[in-house]
Amino acid sequence: MSPVLEVSNIHKAFGGIKAVNGVSFSVKEGEILGIIGPNGCGKSTLFNCILGQLDPTEGTVKLDGKEVTGMRPSDLNRLGVSRTFQLLQVFPELSVRENLILAGQEHEGTMLSRFFGRRDAGLTEKADRMIGFFKLGHLVDAKAGGLSYGQQKLLDAAMAFMAGPRLVLLDEPAGGVNLTMLGDLKERLRAINAEQGATFVVIEHNMDFVMSLCTRVLVLAEGKVLAEGTPAEVRANRQVIEAYLGH
Amino acid sequence: MTAPATEGSLPQQRGRLARVPSLAAFADGILITLMLGAVILWFAPAGMGRYGTYVLSLWLVTSIAVMGLNLTLGYAGLKSLAQAAFMGLGAYATALLTTKVGLNWYTSFALSGLLTFAVGLVLGFPALRVKAHYLAFVTLAFSTLIWLILRNEQWLTGGVFGLSNIPRPSLFGLKLDGALAFHRFVVIVTLILAVALWWMIRSPWGRAFTALRENPIRAASLGIDTRMYTLLAFAIGSAYAGFAGALYAPLVEFIDPSPFSLSQSFFLLLMVVAGGAGYLLGPFIGALLGVVLPEWLRVVGSLYLIIFATIVMLLLIACPQGVSGLLERGWAKLTGKGKIGKTVAGKSVAPNTGGRS
Ligand SMILES: Nc1ncnc2c1ncn2[C@@H]1O[C@H](COP(=O)(O)OP(=O)(O)OP(=O)(O)O)[C@@H](O)[C@H]1O
Ligand SMILES: [Mg+2]
Repeated sequence: MSPVLEVSNIHKAFGGIKAVNGVSFSVKEGEILGIIGPNGCGKSTLFNCILGQLDPTEGTVKLDGKEVTGMRPSDLNRLGVSRTFQLLQVFPELSVRENLILAGQEHEGTMLSRFFGRRDAGLTEKADRMIGFFKLGHLVDAKAGGLSYGQQKLLDAAMAFMAGPRLVLLDEPAGGVNLTMLGDLKERLRAINAEQGATFVVIEHNMDFVMSLCTRVLVLAEGKVLAEGTPAEVRANRQVIEAYLGH
Repeated sequence: MTAPATEGSLPQQRGRLARVPSLAAFADGILITLMLGAVILWFAPAGMGRYGTYVLSLWLVTSIAVMGLNLTLGYAGLKSLAQAAFMGLGAYATALLTTKVGLNWYTSFALSGLLTFAVGLVLGFPALRVKAHYLAFVTLAFSTLIWLILRNEQWLTGGVFGLSNIPRPSLFGLKLDGALAFHRFVVIVTLILAVALWWMIRSPWGRAFTALRENPIRAASLGIDTRMYTLLAFAIGSAYAGFAGALYAPLVEFIDPSPFSLSQSFFLLLMVVAGGAGYLLGPFIGALLGVVLPEWLRVVGSLYLIIFATIVMLLLIACPQGVSGLLERGWAKLTGKGKIGKTVAGKSVAPNTGGRS
């Protein structure tokens, strides 16, 4: 069986800066891959190259063995690949429920049915279930912009799961989320991974979060893969300790 | 940051969460306003005389063009500088089809809408592929081109002499030649077009338009085909100008190039902004300022444009969301509640996401 995601030899340069410099890795169905590395080592740029947000200077991206390099983000999303951004991105003027309906509506029906059909595209129930699942039930009708940072972060993640994706790329989902909520978030991600068999790639600086959630970890440094292995292997790797983990 | 502190701040937090007034209820408010407005306008010309009635009809016809531009600018965030040119295209198409080809008005109306929609797609597709900004330049060039054709291609457009004897339609065998009868016809057509737009804005399309204006990059990552929706917003907005033109031709019964010039396109943009971009009822207010105000300011003669420009500037300094924004603020003060009619506020920017959406 071919891997869900296969990234080969991705390069991305911004002028003189080689942000990503030949990264290859692959992710199998049901895996939770963590990506760690110092600030500015190219993690987010790598995501943007995989997701069609940026055109890689070189290299290919394959989804289920089919090349999707440079495909538009909206098309990729409709193939079942969803994501969050490093900086929180919800639609502040829409309610929590509307945010989730938005995240699902393009996956149902056609342009015509979205015009003539129901205003909620038949997604209210599904949205409310997702809201309940992420423990935002008391906030369904609140405007997303009025939620606390941590709540918005949960909503942001919930939106990535609304359409039942097979592959989800999360860029620092734990950033700025308090400890209690962090536990919640981890539990939610695990549940989705177990119940829906969704495959995850997670960029994160929070080591406890990564080490306890991920099945495998990729370490980047200066745009290159420094090490790869299980959390325990990575933690014990000399180079990784020197370059990133410290002490 | 400590846990106990959250307990104390909870009630405050709750207060800060502005409840979105049940969206359905608010949208129906707009529909009721449209219906009521139509009823009032149906009877409004009583005692107004031919000219007064004509000004009312002109206001509504202009509102249709402004509604279209409001979709393009206010919902999709695109700057089109050709709304008057599209209106001209619709007006001339209808005039030619009814006088030269002998089609009835309804068919000509539909064809005018179709033509402007298609031209919108043809202009928008290459422009929006590159960058949304390019649309402004492309429409600027298009505006000039249409102007030149209307002025110089005498064999087709009659040049500066224009086209005359444009017939008014009839409805179920009823002639609509009188000012009042035709005004009522304009009221019906305007209502239908406004309700169609209302429907679209509250459908999933409207949500997608809102999303792509607020944050196109995030919208694309959620599967929203931003290019398609942007293109549709522009093409439908242009078709509304075509519809407006198709009504304008039989209203004035004689058309020449002057109402379709570039400066008129700018004037229509001003009406969108003055009425309140992104508000469904904004175009009616904007067009009222642009069409009826000049009539009231007739006494001051050519000073009128200066007064109008000053009013718009002062208005925008006081409230960038135009008259609709002012009304909304007033309403919020009265009821102590938040937004009533607006779908979207500021745009959030998405750094570190590259250029494409
Ligand atoms: N759009 C851009 N234009 C120019 N340089 C960029 C751009 N995006 C990223 N870079 C540069 O590329 C390098 C990698 O940035 P990137 O955001 O991928 O790092 P990161 O690993 O995600 O860091 P962090 O952990 O801080 O989020 C940095 O040197 C950054 O300045
Ligand atoms: Mg980053």
